[in-house]
Amino acid sequence: MRIRIGLGSCGIAAGGMKVWEAVKDEVEKRALKIDVQQTGCIGMCYQEPLLDVIEDGGEVYTYGHVTPERVMRIFDDHISKGQPVTEYLVGTSSRPNDFLSGQVRVALRNCGVIDPENIRDYRAGGGYSALRKAVTSMSPEQVIAEVKASGLRGRGGAGFPTWFKWQATRQAGGDTRYIICNADEGDPGAFMDRSVLEGDPHSVLEGMAIAGYAIGAEEGVIYVRAEYPLAIRRLEIAIGQAREEGMLGSNIFGSGFSFDIRIKQGAGAFVCGEETALIASLEGERGMPRLKPPYPAESGYWGKPTNINNVETYANIPWIISHGGKTFAAMGTEKSKGTKVFALAGKVKRGGLVEVPMGIPLRKVIFEMGGGIKNDRKFKAVQLGGPSGGCIPEHLLDTPVDYESIMATGAIMGSGGMVVMDDTTCMVDIARFFLDFTQKESCGKCVQCRIGTKRMLEILERIVNGKGREGDIELLEEIANLVKEGSLCGLGQSAPNPVLTTIRYFREEYEAHIRDHRCPAQQCRALITYRIDPERCRGCGSCARKCPVRCISGKKKEPHVINQSQCIKCGTCLETCPSRYKAVIVE
Amino acid sequence: MGCTCDDQQNLAQSLQNDTNTWTKLQDLLERFRGQRGSLVTVLQQVQDIYGYLPRPVMQHVAEVLRIKPAKVYGVATFYKQFRLTPMGKYVILLCQGTACHVNGSERLAEALCEELQISEGETTTDGLFTLSSAACLGCCSLAPVMMINGLAYGQLTPQKARQIVKELAEQEKGSLQEGGLQ
Ligand SMILES: Cc1cc2nc3c(=O)[nH]c(=O)nc-3n(C[C@H](O)[C@H](O)[C@H](O)COP(=O)(O)O)c2cc1C
Ligand code: FES
Repeated sequence: MRIRIGLGSCGIAAGGMKVWEAVKDEVEKRALKIDVQQTGCIGMCYQEPLLDVIEDGGEVYTYGHVTPERVMRIFDDHISKGQPVTEYLVGTSSRPNDFLSGQVRVALRNCGVIDPENIRDYRAGGGYSALRKAVTSMSPEQVIAEVKASGLRGRGGAGFPTWFKWQATRQAGGDTRYIICNADEGDPGAFMDRSVLEGDPHSVLEGMAIAGYAIGAEEGVIYVRAEYPLAIRRLEIAIGQAREEGMLGSNIFGSGFSFDIRIKQGAGAFVCGEETALIASLEGERGMPRLKPPYPAESGYWGKPTNINNVETYANIPWIISHGGKTFAAMGTEKSKGTKVFALAGKVKRGGLVEVPMGIPLRKVIFEMGGGIKNDRKFKAVQLGGPSGGCIPEHLLDTPVDYESIMATGAIMGSGGMVVMDDTTCMVDIARFFLDFTQKESCGKCVQCRIGTKRMLEILERIVNGKGREGDIELLEEIANLVKEGSLCGLGQSAPNPVLTTIRYFREEYEAHIRDHRCPAQQCRALITYRIDPERCRGCGSCARKCPVRCISGKKKEPHVINQSQCIKCGTCLETCPSRYKAVIVE
Repeated sequence: MGCTCDDQQNLAQSLQNDTNTWTKLQDLLERFRGQRGSLVTVLQQVQDIYGYLPRPVMQHVAEVLRIKPAKVYGVATFYKQFRLTPMGKYVILLCQGTACHVNGSERLAEALCEELQISEGETTTDGLFTLSSAACLGCCSLAPVMMINGLAYGQLTPQKARQIVKELAEQEKGSLQEGGLQ
């Protein structure tokens, strides 16, 4: 029997370390001979902390929301008597739950399964055999041909065919070339790359080494954001182990091919996810994008041919080389092959990571795997592609997830962030939120991006503050087109997308703000008031006690009143009013 | 940079007098001298030593690495990670990502600003807390989230967030008093 505990960032934030210690204690106290292992994130973040009991026959029992108390029960019943504790069980390997059953795991094949800090675990599952196969039995051209056959497209956002970039870099002149892994994961609301780096760092290293062989590079750099301390630590451990075992370094598998990887930490700038800005940052400069061409494949890091791919792109490579490009291409749609990882978050019941074949409808991801909307509220929109993407409304929920279909809605596939919104989310506020983000993150090089986003933000701010004017929507559209056309990099070119898609699909919400000074989602504070219904109020006083500015008054057992001039509209009274009274009204 | 007003000179003097950090700084610069493209990494490690980037130190980095002071300052102000003023003992990173936003992170920010009596980006006068923000802490399914000195707290409400900060402040008071008794 073995025990496995999910210790990714989310597992730790949910209290995974306490579970880890409780398990260690129990094993020692009971003098049991049980292997206790840590693992990365299996993707069921909504159930963290997670604990797996793996029976000798191989059956895996997964327990959710584990606490030190629950650990005792699991030991008493399952470990000692062999009776699984069904109340805490969220699934078993022979009967997976809805969240896992529709998934096909390629990039996430090892996440939540192996110990990411132990290279033997990775190798036991076939790890580094793809690298061995590539360097000992394939020519670089054959590797590129295999990747071409897989149809793999970049998972970092734009969906550019991976083989094409590899070929271009290989064919560029000179003898020094570089491999870069983009682990900047800047989309706020996405965490796929973090999970792969924390849960299966070797797959990324192996993918990079294979790319190095195909392209003719001897040096790789991983540019990872500093906000991911655990991912950085696990990468450092993995690189150390790979060097020790000869998977990195000189003369790998006796093939004469040498390759090594180092880590460079980002310093917190969204625009550094853009490839030319990333290179500037690696060179120690301000991370400002430059005009393309020349593309990094011709002139990148230190002016040398450079191939940049995303974390998930590299994580797919070893699988493709082992299983063959055709097997990968058998999944997905005609133009979008394979699988894609999505980070499901927001107002969804089961938030976490899902990996699905390309082409399945959005509805299936959100309602079958994600379990629908929190508190059974009404679905309103799903945001794809972060600050460069857009909001997809309900009537387009049957859109298949593939690059072209998503693009047709005005959103983009992006890196895989999927934030679900319900009827309490104000779409004008969401547009304002993203513009606020891009406006702050604009590097300032292009006038349209620097000033245009600022002007758009000002307009959106006045709309949510109830000061919108007739013509504001048209003005927003006009500036949006200028920003798109006049910006040099993807940040500015796509910054207007969240505004344009919300205008396209939720125009009436903008109009309600501007014309009727009303926020249909009741989120924009300048446009709502809280009032206590004297008929329903029983004078229990709970709202008055919780009100942070103490602006609610009234005698005990008599209706209370909110002093409107002092009210900050925080909504605390609405939340604290007992549900049997429901006396607080929002208008 | 290169400001010669008294304050900066005094600061420069006191930084050099602190031999512990000063030798660390010299070692660091020695390691990176002549390594091209290392400015971002150097500044990250300088910040690890001091908790922020003191101006006289940036000036010194420029001199030793033979980079223009304007460039050092340009890089330091470009990236969000670099701070030009001292930090509190506890750095609160409030997540401003999309998932946290739709789950009410704005109200957390208000509650914390009120509790600590500072605005975002500032440090309390007792030097205990700095309130800062991050684009996404990668724990979106536990939204709303904040991180204090590397530890993440999830599924927060304004009340919970206040409570966590209050407890930390209490702890500090307690340990101060104990120290005073000894
Ligand atoms: C503003 C901006 C931010 C970006 N951020 C990221 C990022 O965080 N991670 C990423 O992999 N790609 C990001 N990209 C895309 C990269 O420029 C590049 O296309 C990608 O790393 C290529 O890898 P792929 O072909 O494997 O997708 C960003 C692009 C832009 C314009
Ligand atoms: S949006 Fe807050 S952790 Fe990702």
